[in-house]
Amino acid sequence: MSDARNTQIRNGTLASVALLIIFLAAWQWGPGLLNIPSFVVPPLSMVVTEFGHAWQYDHLMLHTGVTVGEVLAGFIIGSLLGALMGYLLGMSPTAEFALSPYILALQIAPKVAFAPLFILWMGFTVYPKILVAILIVFFPVMVNVLTSVRNVDPDLINLARAFKATRAQIFWKIEFPSSMPPMFAGLRIGSTLAVVGVVVGELVGGNKGLGYLLSLGEGQADTPMVFVSIVMLTLVGGIAYLGVILTERQVLHYLPARADRGL
Amino acid sequence: MRAIGLITNRPAQQSAIRSDRCLRPMPEIVRLEYRNVTMRFAETGGRGTLTALKNVSFAVRDGEVVSLIGPSGCGKSTLLNIGSGLSAPSEGLAFVDGEKVEGPNAHVAFMLQKDLLLPWRTVTENVMLGVEIQGHATVERRARAQQLLANFNLAEFSNHYPHQLSGGMRQRVALARTLAVDPHVLLLDEPFSAVDAQTRMVLQRELAQTLKHAGKTALLITHDLSEAVTLSDRVLVMSHRPGTIIEEIVIDLPHREDPIARRHDLKVNDFVAHLMDRLDIGHDTVVKQAAGQSA
Repeated sequence: MSDARNTQIRNGTLASVALLIIFLAAWQWGPGLLNIPSFVVPPLSMVVTEFGHAWQYDHLMLHTGVTVGEVLAGFIIGSLLGALMGYLLGMSPTAEFALSPYILALQIAPKVAFAPLFILWMGFTVYPKILVAILIVFFPVMVNVLTSVRNVDPDLINLARAFKATRAQIFWKIEFPSSMPPMFAGLRIGSTLAVVGVVVGELVGGNKGLGYLLSLGEGQADTPMVFVSIVMLTLVGGIAYLGVILTERQVLHYLPARADRGL
Repeated sequence: MRAIGLITNRPAQQSAIRSDRCLRPMPEIVRLEYRNVTMRFAETGGRGTLTALKNVSFAVRDGEVVSLIGPSGCGKSTLLNIGSGLSAPSEGLAFVDGEKVEGPNAHVAFMLQKDLLLPWRTVTENVMLGVEIQGHATVERRARAQQLLANFNLAEFSNHYPHQLSGGMRQRVALARTLAVDPHVLLLDEPFSAVDAQTRMVLQRELAQTLKHAGKTALLITHDLSEAVTLSDRVLVMSHRPGTIIEEIVIDLPHREDPIARRHDLKVNDFVAHLMDRLDIGHDTVVKQAAGQSA
């Protein structure tokens, strides 16, 4: 059983690595073979050279750092607000009833469309980008927490009540821990969406961040720089996602067969 | 077999006819009492009310195990909720240890068919839930949990998580959690109906021994007629909704602490057969068949 599982993991890893090599090779030699000009799809080597160039002359690390900071700030603040709102609404059906139309409206509205507005309000600073990320992260976390608080088995609550638990004890011993798995599902989604929010904000206005570098490359028809920006953004999103997954494994260690489920 | 009418307000007479208790005449302490309890619910869909319980009165004495049986929806579980203070009756009163039940109180603990173990807590931590909520010292509650787990042969699983245990073990942990708060009265709502038949018999014996040795009082709700007969001192039969008690049966058999031994007593079958008759089990089909033949 465990042998079969190990074989599966080994074969899977081998296949993944092989796919990566094929992809990188296709990137390097594919454009030349298909006569695709390098300003449309620059080969891998050109992008790597551009990476070194951007690192040296275009402050690539600074821009990446700014984007990472904005993503982190937006993600953390958005998750905290989303979770808080989820718990409050989850515990007060009246509040949920009163607020649900507005929350729904805000959720339907495309959050990235607020980016120009926020830049009008706050100028070319980091704040409008963070604000877009907050808005975008807020909803998946809030909805998941709200649903989980609503779906706690009423018999569990009654069990705690029969032991004479206070409202606070019911929250901290039953409701809060029950909400952890759905909350992490929301955080996973939020971590990747936070990058989207920040990039849109940076594309709309400002002179820092990977989104700015992206639009700079576009303006100069510098396709390799656009590719470098995209790769870096993917890395930032991937690391954010990985961070959530690793935290989740620590927190939800009690769930069966968590490790086998992969990403 | 002795089937007597509803005489719950006359405990003196009851004790006189209880063979095993006659040996030591002691003052009867009533641990749990329902007095003229009626429960109405608002009907789903709005108008009208639904009467779940009608004028239910009975008392459970110290150390006694009483089973409640009756058709589905006759309000058995509602009685349990009233006794544990989770819901208030529309009319009538419930008493635990002579005190009026006005909300959850520390003298009662309940256990359901669902184990209600918290998946993020280890076995020990689950057992400690009640004592933790009631604010006992950490050292004390840990000691209590370990003692109970040892009693139920679960000591080696104390650091396991619920998903790592079998259904029978999970119910044992739930029972340990119920006992950890040291309640005078246990309210048990079909505690073993979700485990397989053989495990159930083992769990029943463990429960019976624990109740006997700790001198706990228990009200057991069950659909399993032989469970009611083998575990109890008395069985109360409830009617269809609106639920009311239609018969009280004293199980005057030995070995209340060992239901497996009691099962070997052929008189158990007489009690079960009588209960089946009282619950009209099979009656519907008999009528239908008769109607079919005559048509």
